[in-house]
Order: sequence, then C-alpha cells, then structure tokens
Amino acid sequence: MTKKKDLHIIVTIKQVPDTHEVRIDPKTNSLIREGVPSIVNPEDLNAVEAALQLREKHGGSITIITMGPPQAEDALAEALAMGADRAVLLTDRAFAGADTLVTAFTLSRVIRKLDAFQLIICGRQAIDGDTAQVGPQLAGFLNIPQVTYATKLARKDSILTAERSLEDTMETVQVKLPALVTVTGDINQPRNMSLYNIIDACSGSRITRWQAKDLDVPHDMLGLSSLRIAHLGEKNLHARAAEKGDDYPRQ
Amino acid sequence: MDFELTKQQKLARHLSRDFAQQEREPRAQELDATMEFPREALKKMAGLGFMGISIPKEYGGAGLDTVSYTLIIEELARACASTAIIVAVHNSVCAYPIHLLGTEEQKQKYLIPLARGQKLGAFALTEPNAGSDPASMETTAELQGKHYILNGTKIFITSGSSADIVIVMASTDRARRGRGITSFIVEKGLKGFSVGKKEDKLGIRGSDTCELIFENCAVPVENVLGSPGEGLTSAFTTLDTGRIGVGAQALGVAQAALDESVRYSKERKQFGKPLANFQAIQWMIADMATEIAAARFLVHRAAWLKDQGRPFSTEGSMAKLYASEVAMRAALKAVQIHGGYGCMKDYKVERFLRDAKVIEIAHLCAIFSGFAKF
Ligand SMILES: Cc1cc2nc3c(=O)[nH]c(=O)nc-3n(C[C@H](O)[C@H](O)[C@H](O)COP(=O)(O)OP(=O)(O)OC[C@H]3O[C@@H](n4cnc5c(N)ncnc54)[C@H](O)[C@@H]3O)c2cc1C
Ligand SMILES: Cc1cc2nc3c(=O)[nH]c(=O)nc-3n(C[C@H](O)[C@H](O)[C@H](O)COP(=O)(O)OP(=O)(O)OC[C@H]3O[C@@H](n4cnc5c(N)ncnc54)[C@H](O)[C@@H]3O)c2cc1C
Repeated sequence: MTKKKDLHIIVTIKQVPDTHEVRIDPKTNSLIREGVPSIVNPEDLNAVEAALQLREKHGGSITIITMGPPQAEDALAEALAMGADRAVLLTDRAFAGADTLVTAFTLSRVIRKLDAFQLIICGRQAIDGDTAQVGPQLAGFLNIPQVTYATKLARKDSILTAERSLEDTMETVQVKLPALVTVTGDINQPRNMSLYNIIDACSGSRITRWQAKDLDVPHDMLGLSSLRIAHLGEKNLHARAAEKGDDYPRQ
Repeated sequence: MDFELTKQQKLARHLSRDFAQQEREPRAQELDATMEFPREALKKMAGLGFMGISIPKEYGGAGLDTVSYTLIIEELARACASTAIIVAVHNSVCAYPIHLLGTEEQKQKYLIPLARGQKLGAFALTEPNAGSDPASMETTAELQGKHYILNGTKIFITSGSSADIVIVMASTDRARRGRGITSFIVEKGLKGFSVGKKEDKLGIRGSDTCELIFENCAVPVENVLGSPGEGLTSAFTTLDTGRIGVGAQALGVAQAALDESVRYSKERKQFGKPLANFQAIQWMIADMATEIAAARFLVHRAAWLKDQGRPFSTEGSMAKLYASEVAMRAALKAVQIHGGYGCMKDYKVERFLRDAKVIEIAHLCAIFSGFAKF
C-alpha cells in the first residue's frame, strides 16, 4: 500500500563508453562505440544513490529509465543491483543517434506513460557529451520546476530543499514537488551493488522494454533520420517542435 | 560450446571488481604488514552478500552459481589475497558443508547467520601429525550420553581466532582410521575449546592461521554434521568445492601480477626505452597472460561442471594444481620484471610472490584427491 508521504522517484541513466578518449566518426559526428567497454555514466550513479537515500528516509519507489541499444539493459541491471525497484529500457533503431533534445522529448513521453511521480533525478551530465542538457530539457517538456547541480537534497512534505554548487558560490533553493533535479558527483558516494540483488536484477522481470511504437513520439522527431547534429541546431528543432504543436522547453 | 559468461556472472564479476578495487586493494599492503584481521571489511561484505555467495536465499545467501563464486573470489584475490581466503574458507568449507549435509535445525541455527555474515566460519582438519594424511588424525571424540567429548589439537586453521563457528573433524573410532572420522559443528565459547598459537606467516598475512585446542570439550550430539564415521568422506566432497575456490584465489594473484607487470614495464625506462619494448619482457608477459587464460578455463570448467551437477573432483584438482603453479610463475616473473624494485616491500609484486607460495602449499591439502587412502 502506498502511503501519502511515499516518494516515487524516477532516475534517468545513460550507458557511456568507458573512456575519455572518445573517437568520433567524421561522417556522422557520432561517437564510435564499438570495442569500447560501457559503463553507467558516473554522475547517473550519484543520481541513483541520491534516490536510494531518499527512499530509505521517506519510503516510496525508484524507477530507472534509460534510452539506448539493447545492451543498455546492463546499465539498468547495475542500478537494480544497487537497489532500485524497477526499470524501463527504451530501445529502438529509430532512437539511434538521437541528440539531447530528442532524447529529452522521448524520455518525457515515457514518463507520462508511467505512474505518477514526485521527483525526477538526473546526473548533471554524461561524460560522452558533457552537454548537461537532457535534465533541463526534460523538465521543460514535462513543465515542472528544475534544480540543477544539486549537491545536497532534503525533502519535507511537498517541498524539496537543495544545495546547488555554482561556479564560485553555493546556493540553497526550495522547490515544490513534483520537480526535476540534476546532481553532481559531489552529492554522495554511490553505494556498491549487492550480490543479494543480482539474480533479480538480471532476471529481466523488473525491466519493461518499450519501442518507439509504444510511445507517442512523432516520427520525424526520431534519431538521425531527421536530424544532423552539427548542422541542425537546437533552434531549428525548437522551431520544428513548435510547428508541430508540441510543447518544448520554456526558457 | 559456449565461452560466454551469463549476465548474472558478468554482473557478479563487475560488482566484486568494483568493491575489491575500491575497498580492499588500497588496504592490502597494510593488512600484509600488520597482520590485522579485516573485521570492518567483512561486516560491509556481509551486507553485500559475500558471506553466502552460493547459499540459497531462503538460508540468507545470495543464491549464485559456482562460476559466479569463482569470479568473485578471483576479483577479491586480485585486490587482496587475505580477504579472498577468509571469504573463500567461510563460504566453501564452513557454510557450504552445512548447506549440503546439515539438518534443517542446523541450517536454521548455523547456516543462516553464517550466510548473512553475522558469524564467521572456519574448518579444522589439519593436525601436527596429520597434514596431507588426515586419516591419521589424533583428535578424538568420545560419546558420553548426549555429548561427544573432544580432545586434541588442530593447527594452521584459517580464521581460527576470529571464527564463531568451526567445523571440526575428530576420530570417533580410531581403529577404523579414515572411516572412523566424524564432523562436528563447534561454537566458539564452548567450555574446553581454546585458541592457541597464532602463526606469523610468509604470505596471506591478513588472514589469521591458528592452533585450536580441545580439552574435554563437550559438543552436543545434535551438532554432528552428516553421519558419524563419514566425516572424511564428506570433507573430501567439501574440499573438492574448496579447491575450485583455491584455484580462483591463485588466478586473482596471477592476474594482479600480470596487471602490475604490464603497468610497470610501460612506465620504467632503461636504455632509453620502456621495458615493455624489450622482447625479453614481452615474452614474459605473453607467457603470463597465456597461462592465466588457460588456468581460468580450468577453473571455470570445474565450476561449470559442479553447477551442472556433474562430477568435478578431477577437474577441480587440476584447476587448483595448475592455477596455483601459474600464480607462482606469474609472481616470479612479475618480481623479475620489477628488477631490484620487485624485491622491495614498497612494490606490490613482492607481496604477490609470498601470497602465491602460501596459496600453492596451504589450503586444503594439495595432494588430497589423488593420494588420500583411507
Ligand atoms: C596458510 C594456511 C592455511 C591453512 N588453513 C587450513 C584450514 O583452514 N584448515 C585446515 O584443516 N588446514 C589448513 N591448513 C593446513 C594445510 O591444509 C596443510 O598444511 C596441508 O594439508 C599440508 O599438510 P602439512 O603442512 O602437514 O604438510 P605435509 O603433509 O607434511 O607435507 C609436506 C610435503 O610433503 C608432500 N607429501 C606429503 N605426502 C606425500 C606423498 N604421499 N607423496 C608425495 N608427497 C607427499 C606434500 O605435498 C608437501 O610438499 C592451512 C595451511 C596453511 C599454510
Ligand atoms: C638487495 C639489493 C641490493 C643491491 N645493492 C646494490 C649496491 O650495493 N650497489 C649498487 O649500485 N646497486 C645495488 N643494487 C641495485 C641492483 O644492482 C639493481 O637492482 C640491478 O642492477 C637491476 O636494476 P633495476 O633494479 O633498476 O632493474 P631494471 O634495470 O629496471 O630492470 C628491470 C627488468 O628489466 C630487465 N631489463 C632491463 N633492461 C633490459 C633489456 N635491455 N633487455 C631485456 N631486459 C631488460 C631486467 O633484466 C629486469 O628483469 C641492489 C639491489 C638489491 C635488490
């Protein structure tokens, strides 16, 4: 039975190549991932840990979402082995090459399909792109308040208090839930996975798999088929999203 | 034929590698120097399921297969061989035999706290005059009413001073030698059970190795593990499993020796070039890597056979024999590649050589399976 004070949290994570020496395909401007071992983006592990700590305190549940190739399921298994409750894998060839805006848009459609949540936690940025865009864009698409660069989180009833680490100052802000926060690597030390969770995490029974057709995403919003990263800037996409009548981030 | 690890096995390796490199590797050298038992680490490991790796969940374990077990032990040993050995002994020759042979009552009372890591386990077979030949043991257990009265001395017992629960072998019928030996579950704190000398060892120094003394120690009959007179038979079954774990420990040390050799030979320059550029060094590294790969196949095959419910005694012994010799050769080469630095305690390879030798000799009787006559 869910209690009123329970906190239902969504954490978005990304599988990234385990190296800083990323090689770029000059033709597509995308990363060459072949042969490079994959890890969970480090700050996304901080996001999972932050969620686990909040759940320990307030009860509730943690749902992990990732969009990626089928192997991205390994990243979900890792978050489940840390203690998350369930996960959603979005995988479809149509998502291949999606840039941050398309990713954020797609994630927003997934989140609308899920049960009600009070909090979304994202890692500040992914080491393979360093854009720090997906979290803020996702908040925009969902039309909820956002707090970026959080280094401390505390929740009381429907208010979340966060410390933010800015270039040369710290700031404490309060936000009304539901909200989205992005966390930095300084917020916590992610816990180890537990052997106790391994069988469950790998059984697949806690993972829901969705494809593009399961989501309400306009076809020309998908992947590289309609987007060329270097040439099609965000402005164009915003304009196109607006043309199609879709909501997009409000600045 | 399939050489691919399962998802579960890969995740178990990933998990234990992360843990071992973050938590154990940085402390391995200190453990070796001070011989301090890693009590705090074991507490943390208990919470993560390391103390009941292959014990079913209903008895407090993580319920993983034997292949996962070898991957986990290898990763621990790669970081800190002492930690790996404490965990391996606890899992494979204390918790596992209780799981295999114990009554439901014994499982409730002993297996659950062992698997959860609330209690630490040990296994006591070796005696001053009974090492490779355990059938000649002199510790006796005499039935008196509702108790067996144990008298005798065990030596070289891993975790001897730290363990809460010890599986002790004693002769209940000396005339029958190996067929007159019985296993007992003995709790620390029982009257007449004390810890004697703590050994100062060549390697694996963070794991305590002790003498255990039994003087008219009364053990309740319900603490007989398995059937009276079948202690040694069951010990051999247990030790078959234990040997796979010893192979995995050896693999971990061998892999660590290779890791350090590769790293050092790229950094160290002589004659204007990194050592790695000299073919003599490349040959050594190639031999190490090849032998380690072969040893790993043997260890995984033995574990896989066990998981299939098939006989694995011969394969487990081969894995233990070969992997522990590979670890010795790899550690020797690693010291060689480090030159004078390899002789110094500031360099990890000096410890690897000492740890490898102890793994090769110790642990559950190198020559048990082939030679034991009883
Ligand atoms: C660090 C460490 C931890 C240990 N932990 C435990 C433990 O937890 N529990 C436990 O019960 N024991 C433990 N032991 C004991 C270990 O199992 C014994 O040391 C091992 O069985 C060898 O016995 P031994 O030392 O008496 O050597 P011996 O049996 O005296 O053997 C000496 C040498 O002779 C060789 N040899 C013996 N018989 C023959 C033969 N018939 N043919 C050819 N060669 C032979 C042996 O291979 C060896 O090289 C541990 C030992 C060490 C070093
Ligand atoms: C206990 C001890 C006492 C010592 N006492 C003294 C002393 O009193 N006075 C003194 O001056 N020195 C002393 N030394 C230093 C000793 O002479 C050096 O350790 C030795 O010369 C090796 O040099 P190194 O340690 O720098 O190894 P390195 O030269 O770095 O060699 C590392 C490894 O690479 C191999 N290697 C190096 N070059 C090549 C190559 N071209 N082709 C193939 N393989 C190569 C080596 O054989 C070795 O296996 C002592 C060393 C020790 C350990």
